[in-house]
Amino acid sequence: MVGFDTLVVVCIVYVAFLFIIAFAAERHAQGGHAGWLRSPVIYTLSLSIYCTAWTFYGAVGYAARSGLEFLTIYLGPTIVFVGWWWFLRKMVRVGRMQRITSVADLISSRYGKSNLLAVIVTLLAVVGTTPYIALQLQSVTLSFDVFAAPAAEAWAPRDRTSTAFWVAVGLALFTVLFGTRSLDANEQHHGVVTAIAVEAVVKLVALLAVGVFVVWGVAGGPGAVLDRIDESAIAQWQGTGGRWVPLIFLSGAAVICLPRMFQVTVVENSDERHLATASWAFPLYLLLMSLFVVPIAVIGLAVQPPDANPDLFVLTLPLAFERETLALLAFLGGFSSATSMVIVAAIALSTMVSNHIVMPLWLRMREGTATVSGDVRNVALTARRLSIGGVLALGYTYYSFTSGSEALAAIGLISFVGVTQALPALVGGLFWRGATRRGAAAGLIAGFALWLYTLFLPSFGGSWLLPATILADGPFSIHWLRPQALFGIGGDDPLIHAMGWSLGVNTALFVVVSLLSFPSPLERLQGAQFVNVFQHSTGPGGWIGGSAAAEDLLIMSQRLLGAPEAQALFQAAAHRQGKEGNLPDPTREFIDLLERELSGSVGAATAHAMVGQITGGVSVSVEDLLAVADETAQIMEYSAQLEAKSKELAETAAQLRTANAMLTQLSVQKDAFLSQISHELRTPMSSIRAFSEILRDTRGLSQEEFQRFSSIIHDESLRLTRLLDDLLDLSVLENGQVTLHPEEGNLADLLDRAVSAVVPEPRDSRLKIRREPVLEDVPLYTDCDRLRQVFINLIGNALKYCDAAEPELRIKVRVNGTRVAVEFKDNGSGIPEGQQSLIFEKFARLSDHSAAGSAGLGLAICREIMRNLGGSISYMPGPGGARFRVSLPRRVAQAA
Amino acid sequence: MSRRAEHALLLEQRNYRRRRLHDAAFLLPVLAVLLFLLPLMGFRAEDGSEGVVSTRAAGIYFFAAWALLVLAAGVLSVRLVRGGGDERPAGGGDGG
Repeated sequence: MVGFDTLVVVCIVYVAFLFIIAFAAERHAQGGHAGWLRSPVIYTLSLSIYCTAWTFYGAVGYAARSGLEFLTIYLGPTIVFVGWWWFLRKMVRVGRMQRITSVADLISSRYGKSNLLAVIVTLLAVVGTTPYIALQLQSVTLSFDVFAAPAAEAWAPRDRTSTAFWVAVGLALFTVLFGTRSLDANEQHHGVVTAIAVEAVVKLVALLAVGVFVVWGVAGGPGAVLDRIDESAIAQWQGTGGRWVPLIFLSGAAVICLPRMFQVTVVENSDERHLATASWAFPLYLLLMSLFVVPIAVIGLAVQPPDANPDLFVLTLPLAFERETLALLAFLGGFSSATSMVIVAAIALSTMVSNHIVMPLWLRMREGTATVSGDVRNVALTARRLSIGGVLALGYTYYSFTSGSEALAAIGLISFVGVTQALPALVGGLFWRGATRRGAAAGLIAGFALWLYTLFLPSFGGSWLLPATILADGPFSIHWLRPQALFGIGGDDPLIHAMGWSLGVNTALFVVVSLLSFPSPLERLQGAQFVNVFQHSTGPGGWIGGSAAAEDLLIMSQRLLGAPEAQALFQAAAHRQGKEGNLPDPTREFIDLLERELSGSVGAATAHAMVGQITGGVSVSVEDLLAVADETAQIMEYSAQLEAKSKELAETAAQLRTANAMLTQLSVQKDAFLSQISHELRTPMSSIRAFSEILRDTRGLSQEEFQRFSSIIHDESLRLTRLLDDLLDLSVLENGQVTLHPEEGNLADLLDRAVSAVVPEPRDSRLKIRREPVLEDVPLYTDCDRLRQVFINLIGNALKYCDAAEPELRIKVRVNGTRVAVEFKDNGSGIPEGQQSLIFEKFARLSDHSAAGSAGLGLAICREIMRNLGGSISYMPGPGGARFRVSLPRRVAQAA
Repeated sequence: MSRRAEHALLLEQRNYRRRRLHDAAFLLPVLAVLLFLLPLMGFRAEDGSEGVVSTRAAGIYFFAAWALLVLAAGVLSVRLVRGGGDERPAGGGDGG
């Protein structure tokens, strides 16, 4: 007979074995090669924490009491996993993209990072999981008792609660050791997950072994078993009872909402494709776990004494047939079921408690004082450890209170209903953008309260928490408030009653309040991110271990840092890792280093998001986006400044180019001017020189010849003088050094004098001048002599150049407000279009009319005069002769 | 038909197959619900009394249905992973 002490030794050895496995796995993962630790098999096996001691022992008890109803607990999860494409896939994707750490975190993130919601869900999870942990303690204690019972005669009756106490302490230690070794950003625990996978195999093998023994060893084959089912007390089963559908729904909801299931399904998930494998492998696991439940129950009922606890048939049956090794295996299976559940539940709960309750409180208390990051880290770790202890203490307390009296199944279902209160907020949050924080809070609080009142507190069976009188008659004897029959609608099933009321009111409030309230901007953003997660994220590809990630990282870094720098960085890292000539493994240190390097060029948030995309496959949360936007704004502002500067530079360069072109042009003009001047001066000079030489050297010139030659010399000198006068005049005008002598005058008078200066005898002149005397009577205040000079020049030009047979000049005057315009139009052929722009330039004589005795400075001088008088002179293109317009103010502005 | 057009057609077909796979994945849980709720409608014990089911018959039925679902989910999951469960439009594939 296996004694109690042997059992303790076996337990300790088994735990030590798990410890080694967890330790080895942790070391393996830290080396950067997670490899097989991240396989779909491990993932599926870790999901098996759904099958706790409740399944291992309780399912048989459940079947012995209620026939096939126990199946509902496994059919619900089967539907959920087979339908992974609907829901789990989305939840896992969201979890990975938003770096979710728990159910509370998911709900809080979805509703705009509301800490209130996180606290509610955390409390719900803690209170909901407490009975469950108590259940595990109870099952381990019961199984110890089974072995210890025969020895009880020799020793004093063992104290049950002390066994439970030591189990709780042991589990707390194990969980603290592996659950809080590090504060990983993504909260993944390789060691624990691997140990749990091993435990999953142990419990499956144990239950199958007992099943095989019962079917073939005791009953004598499957056929015989079926016959014995027909003969047994559970041959008939109330299949259409009201519990079937609600229980399937409940278990399906629980597999989604249970904190420990969320931990392994979502948080520990490293690759979405593992979910695809789990979609069939996990239902298969459940099927195998359930396969022999009914046979064991039936044989147990037949073989065991009527007062035997059916919850322990898995243990007592092998013992009854003296198969101690099998019993020991079964014991280990039960022990595995209990420990794995407690460990993961404690990790999940401690994460929630420390992240959503302890840390916010601590930070608020420390507000204002300087904190270092290492400080916070230690506090977080301590908070985790204390939370784990606290969670197990709560479980132990619940166990002591209910004194282990309840049937295992009943306790488990109480838990299920509790944690399922998160379902409306969770499902609504993932599929309905209209779900709001207020709605979720209202639903959660109402559901939580109703669950406490109608199911949780009554489970203490009329203790001081909820006295029996209230249970029977309602508070203050208000009958319709009886916890197990609200409004008199009770039925005979408190579980279904509580579930209906709590989930019903929860969902209704959630929907109605959501419809009536308005979400905050962050909430709406997060809502869109969650509901449309498949549009916002890339494919399922998971942790790209090894060289693939390193290669991607290198490509990205080359773009950001430049190829030589990035390659040097990678080579140095590879050298440090001892992988000369290879790409370095993307270890934590290396990725941290890379992130720091990259953040130098693109900003910390952007670098984190980019590296995260490649290594973790995680996408970017709203806060990340805000930070990235911030950095981008800074970079954009900087580049905008650069752009403005370079635009300014370009403008200056253009101005300089223009100025340079002008200078060049001026230089060319100056050269042209000088050569023109020399040419104009040379012609008269050479004729003066030639004739003066004749006068000097020729003897015997007649008086007539002498007269003629000296008058030529005189004329040419006059012409030279005139030219020089003109040049001087022009230079003065151009430099603006001219002094104007404004005086009162009349336009008609001015024109009269100009005409008579050009054509002294109008009757003899070949040029006919037509004027409009009435319009010419315009009083002027201007430099009359200068203006007359312009008029004389224009009339003179007409006289000289008009090529009509009967030349005619029309002078028109137009007064326009404060200005007056005088137009001179002849009936000649006008100025050719190409040369119109040249006529106002110096020495611009259109043809070789040099005989006309002009150096071609006239119009240039006119232009300068008009400019000085505040007016203008322009050539009016058009048919019918040359047309000049002189425009000037009627009163010249006094030069300053 | 040019190679290019052929390629496009093949991709279209792959895309089409994938869509139907997704449909199947969506329908499987519906089938599961139907299978598991069926006893509510029809199963009768041998004595024919209302609402009472033979554990033997119902047990065999449930485990058979369960196994069927596991099988279907297995086939589907292998195909979904191989065919790319991704919802992005086709184009990233090898073009096979």
